[in-house]
Formats: sequence, C-alpha cells, structure tokens
Amino acid sequence: MQPSQIRKPALELFLTFARVGLSGFGGVNFWMRRVVVQQKKWLTDQEYLEGFAMGQLIPGPNVFNLSVMIGHRFGGWRGALAAVAGLIGPPLVIVLSLGALYQRYGGAPLVQRALGGMGAVAAGLILANGASLAAALPRTVKPWVLLLAAFAGMGVMRWPFVYVMGTLGPLAIFLAWRGRG
Amino acid sequence: MSDLAAFFLHFLMLCSMAIGGLSVVMPDMYRYVVDERGLVSARQFADVYALGQAAPGPNALWVPLVGLQAAGWPGAIAATIAVFLPATAFSLFVMSLHARAENSRLALAIRRGLAPVALGFMFASGWLLLSSGQHGWRGYVLAFAAALAVLFTRLNPLILLAAGAAAGIFGLA
Repeated sequence: MQPSQIRKPALELFLTFARVGLSGFGGVNFWMRRVVVQQKKWLTDQEYLEGFAMGQLIPGPNVFNLSVMIGHRFGGWRGALAAVAGLIGPPLVIVLSLGALYQRYGGAPLVQRALGGMGAVAAGLILANGASLAAALPRTVKPWVLLLAAFAGMGVMRWPFVYVMGTLGPLAIFLAWRGRG
Repeated sequence: MSDLAAFFLHFLMLCSMAIGGLSVVMPDMYRYVVDERGLVSARQFADVYALGQAAPGPNALWVPLVGLQAAGWPGAIAATIAVFLPATAFSLFVMSLHARAENSRLALAIRRGLAPVALGFMFASGWLLLSSGQHGWRGYVLAFAAALAVLFTRLNPLILLAAGAAAGIFGLA
C-alpha cells in the first residue's frame, strides 16, 4: 500500500477508526471494510484485499496491521498512530473495565456458570474457524502432517512455542518453497 | 528479573513472531502464564478469553485481560504494549519499504508453508480453552453445537456467546 496524495487529518482518522473499533462486536474486519471501503471510499476492494493479505504476513493482529497501513497511507506516522489509537483505545477502556469487574465478581457462582458457557462457545468458534480454513488446505499429506504436529506439540505436549515453531516453521517454509516455484 | 519484566519480554517475543494473528501464539501464552508461572489459573484464562470475545473491538484485546489477571494494572499495560508495539513497528517498516514483494516466491512459500502450522496452533488454542474450562460432557456438546451453528448458519457470534452464557447459567455447560 503506497502513501496517498490525499491526506486526511489525524482527528478524522482517529474518529473513523474509533467507529470501526466500537462497532466491531465479534470481529472488526466486517466493519473495517464497510466503513473504509463502502462508506468513506478511501480504498477500493482490490486495495483493501492487498492490504489485508500484507497484514497477514506481518506479526500481530491482522486488522490492527491493516489500520496502521491505512493510517500511514493517508497521514504518515501521525496518521498511523491516530488510526490505531482510535481502533484500540475506546474498546480497550471497555474491555479493561470488564476485566476489573471480573476481578471483583468473577468468583460469584452465577458469573462462573455464565462465563463457563461463554468459554465453551468461544472454544467452539475457534475450532469452527480452524475447520473452515482447513477445508482450503491442499488434499495432500504434507500440510496435514504439519497441522497435526503443530497441534500435538502445543495442544497436547504443551511444549514452548519457540521450539515447536523453530522446528516446524523452517521445515514448512522449505517444503513449500521446494514444492512450487 | 522481576516477574513483570519476564512476563513482558515473553509476551513481546511471542507477539513479534505472531505471523497470522495472535491465535498462533495463544497456546504458548497459556503455557507460560498457566503451566510455567502459575500466574493465572486455567479457568481464569478461559474466562478472560471469553470476556475479550464478548467485548467490542479487535479480538486481540483478550491479551491485556490476561495481563490484568496475571499482574494487575502494570500487567495489563505490559501486555498491551507487547501486543501492539511490534505490530505497529513491523507494519510501518513494511510500509516504508513500499513492499510490493507480497507475491514473491519467498513470501508465497512463507504464507503457504506456515498456513497448516498456524492452523495446528489454532486447533491447539481451541482445545486448551475447552479443556481448561472444567466442563463436563455438556461443555463439549455446547462447543460442538456452537461450531456447527457458526459454520452452517449466519448467526452473529455474539448471539452464540450470549446463548452460551444462558446455557451456563441454567447448568447446561
């Protein structure tokens, strides 16, 4: 994503991304595209997708990385900081307030039961997300062996990430590199 | 090294490697704060993760909640910096390169190669959350039902979380 000729004031970037962050119940991606592409027309769908793909190659939360890039595109460093401050600032206040309430009342039996049910659903959502993404994997042995090894290493054996990733990561990249040019 | 500094550095290291999102490193955050340091109980970890999902904003905000639970407000601040500082720095770095290399052979090999590994970590995250909730068989049924609902209907995940809370209150989880 290249810097744009069009500049946006930092305040507008902050307010726009604050709107995205506060709308984003259950994932921000949907709202980000709706506001930035459909309503504000700051980016085309094509540009949005490219930025999204790039955000996935960068460590950290994808939508956050995308916000840094969009903010930078329209306002340089200040724009990037304004965008991410808007995206995470207000939601962070809400989530930490919930956390403080949890520290106080989290032990109450009713709260425990409600959170237990929500936790089971949250786990189900992760597994469903994994299942629909896994459906897109090639139907060959290699990726599935890697997937199972990663699951077993972290989920069952509970080995440190650095060892599991340090072993499987380079191997996986090497196999993909060799597999197709 | 103090507990807080060690916690911060460990999370900073993990988040700097979290290509594909935080779900990739969530199992190691769990391993570190629950198994290795005992700062947070398995149940608390699952609880604050669920809280983070139910709140508005990027899903990554459960990490500051883990920090809050592990080391109070300094922990929350440390975790917030650990998640967002590397992501900001890396994103700005890539932008300043004007990187158009996203379709180069190496970038492709990284994306394709790491995809199944990242998925393995994602399944590990789901599994750890489920097994740490101290659910009976009902909890597993609830998780399975939620997975089916989100896969085959267009229900908002927030409604499912609310339904999960209700199921829990009535002793079904």
